[in-house]
Order: sequence, then structure tokens, then C-alpha cells
Amino acid sequence: MEKWVCEICGYVYDPAEGDPDNGVAEGTKFEDIPEDWVCPVCGAAKDNFAKEA
Amino acid sequence: MAIVEIKKNIFWVGTIDWNIENFHGYSLARRGTTYNAFLVMDEKITLFDAVPEKFKWDLYHQIFKLIKPEQLDYIVVNHVEMDHSGALPFIVDKCKPEKIFCSTMGEKSLASHFHRKDWPVQVVKDGESIALGKKNVQFLEARMLHWPDTMFSYIPEDKLLISSDAFGQNIASSKLFDDEHDLELLLSEARHYYTNIILPFSGFVQKTLNRVKESGMQIDMIAPDHGVIWRSHVGDIVSAYEEFAAQKVKEKAVLVFDTMWHSSEKMLKALGDAMMEQGIDIRFMSLKKFHHSDVMGEFSDAAALICASPTHNNGMLPLMADFLTYMKGLKPKGRIGATLGSFGWSGEAPKAMAQVMEDSGFDMPLSPLRVKNVPTHDHLSECRKMGIELAGKIKERVSSQSG
Repeated sequence: MEKWVCEICGYVYDPAEGDPDNGVAEGTKFEDIPEDWVCPVCGAAKDNFAKEA
Repeated sequence: MAIVEIKKNIFWVGTIDWNIENFHGYSLARRGTTYNAFLVMDEKITLFDAVPEKFKWDLYHQIFKLIKPEQLDYIVVNHVEMDHSGALPFIVDKCKPEKIFCSTMGEKSLASHFHRKDWPVQVVKDGESIALGKKNVQFLEARMLHWPDTMFSYIPEDKLLISSDAFGQNIASSKLFDDEHDLELLLSEARHYYTNIILPFSGFVQKTLNRVKESGMQIDMIAPDHGVIWRSHVGDIVSAYEEFAAQKVKEKAVLVFDTMWHSSEKMLKALGDAMMEQGIDIRFMSLKKFHHSDVMGEFSDAAALICASPTHNNGMLPLMADFLTYMKGLKPKGRIGATLGSFGWSGEAPKAMAQVMEDSGFDMPLSPLRVKNVPTHDHLSECRKMGIELAGKIKERVSSQSG
């Protein structure tokens, strides 16, 4: 599964880990994260993320 | 303002804001501040950082003492926030620089602040260097320290790190260097600045400090964009930053309150008395006197935060809501909390305050305590009991940290 990078602060979303502190279970694909989820580091909206190069 | 040669052919050309009261409208700066800018005289004459729009003429005059404005070749924008960029449109128009260097995020930020498509902006990547002639500049991306665009500029020939807002302090002074001031005062102002501006990004601070160490950069001077320049205490400010970023706490508690008829204040005072008897260092701070930024300055190295407010119109008093909103945004880590307060008929405030603290990740070992109207001796004994229990938790927390 692909990792996604926050283009604001550089945080990397790794589907293998998810973001359990914010209700995203491990194994969740980036595409399947709810649209109102935000970057856990800087708070940027989901559309600020890009696929890791 | 005198220009100051901080290294051979590198001049401080900044401005002093002697009379500012509120830095960016949210953090007090009782000692004023400076907006540091630096002019490097080399084959390519280069200005590092600028000043707020209202000081644009001061910066212009400072530069003019050394060169004719059109002689300026480059501008480096380490951080686009208005206190370092507001004067840019004016300076760029006057000096017509050949290039303006900034980070990837800096380019976007310049565009969305100034909307000037004609500026000769050139993006520099992390680790990239440019030659000015005899001197070189190496750029280090310092993202979220404290904005996405932030970068540091390092001049290896002079062992000089121009560090944007990191390592800054709000101090206005005609004495520009650390060794011309009392070190304790400087570190305390650096802590106040860190806590109110940089604390939420502590993870990035740790990462950046490690990267600077691993890079093997030789640094004997750190020039932040606010306050004094570190040259005799570089090691002290770097270790202070390591400590701030690690959020090391002491056996200290900040007791913060607002009160109407002094019942909540009495309850908190009883709790604080018991804490003091247990050897905890306390601060007892009324939000009517202390600004939220000063409370946070004190909370910076405290293990616990205890909030007291009566219930007013089914919630907490507005100054407490202000403080808690501000505190939550700064994301302190690893702290203990408790709440209490008096009430007339409904009594929501202690729970509402506790909810904010829980959401902020505080460890809340005790239930919120409420007392109807005026506390009795028995009620105050309950408050004392809370103080004793919290003192125990604080000691556990501090010893687990050093262990």
C-alpha cells in the first residue's frame, strides 16, 4: 500500500500503521480515510497530501 | 539604530521594536523585541530576512548606510511571516535584487502573501548551497519550526547559523550579543518565546537539532531573527532547546484561576497550600492579572496544571475559556491536570475544564471537584486532600522522567 506525504509539514501517512489516535485503524488505505481527517501533525486537510515519490 | 558587524563583512541591519506590547497579538513581549536582518558584503551582496512593513524605512536606511540600494544582489527569505517579510515589497521595489531565495513552501507562501508574480524567486532545497563570492550559504530546511516555509541559513566560512525564529527571544536592546546580558534572563525569555511560539512543534525541533548535530556543522554564532545573538552561550541555548523540546518538567504546579466571589480561589488556595507542604513549587496565577502567554511561560517546566473557575451561565468564566483554548493549541505533553470550582445551581465548569484538558492529553487522576456557593472547612479539607494526592503524582512523574 502506498504511503502519502503531507505537503505542508512532511508527515508521512503509512497505511501499515494507520492513525489510531485519530480513529484510523492500521491497514487503512489513504483513499479510505474519511474526508474530514486531518494531518495529525500540522492539522492540514486531506487534500494537502500527495503520494510518496 | 547602529549597524553592527557581527562577523567580518556580515552586518546586523535589523530594527528594534522598543514599544511593542503584544507579539503577534497573542503573546506578551514586555521587553520589546527586535527584527533581525543581516547584510553580507561579498561579490553578491545579500540581505537575510526583513522586518515588518511599518519598519520598512528603518531597514532601508540601515541598508543604505552600507550600500546603495540597487547594489543589493540577493535576498534570502528564511521565513515569510509578516514580521520578517512585511517590508519586502518596498525593499524589492527599491533594490531590485537579482534573486530572492526561499524554500519550496516559502515560494508558495510568498505568492499567497504578496501576490507578486514578477519577483525573481528561486527555490533552494534542503542541503543546497549558493556561492556569494568568498562566502557560501548552505540552506537547511526547518519545516514547522515554526511555519512550513521556515529554513535556516548557514555560512560555513563564518561558522554562523542564521536561525529564523528558533533560538529567538523578545528583547529590545541596544546591546546585540548574549554576553552583554544576564544569561538567566536570556534563557527565561527564550523559554517564554519557545513555549508560546514553538512548543507545538517540539518534535520538529528535536529532529532539526539532531540533523544539525549529525551534519557536523561547526557553529560558533547563532543569529535568530528576534532578540540577542548567541556567540558566548551557543552551547547553553542549544541545550536549553533540547530541554524545552523534550518538555522536561520539575516538581512544580501552575494553579490558574478566575473567580467571582472568591470561592473557587479559596478552594484552589487550599489545594496549593497542601501542595506547598509537600514540597511542590507552585505558581498561583489569576487570569485577571496574568496574560495567557505568561501562564504558559510558567507552565513550560511544570508537571501539573490545576484550573479553578466557578460555573457562570452553565460554563466556565470567559478568561478560563480563553486560557484553555490557548493552552490546548500549544499541545503540551506528559502533564498532570485537575480542575475544581464553586457553583450556584448547575455546576458545569469543573467538568468542562477537565474535558478540554483530557482532550489535550493530560493525565487527570482525580475527579473534578465542585462546591456549592461558599466552601466550608470540610470542603477545603477535600481540596487539601486533592493537593496531597496530586503532589504524589507530580513526584512520581518527575522521578520517572529522570529514571
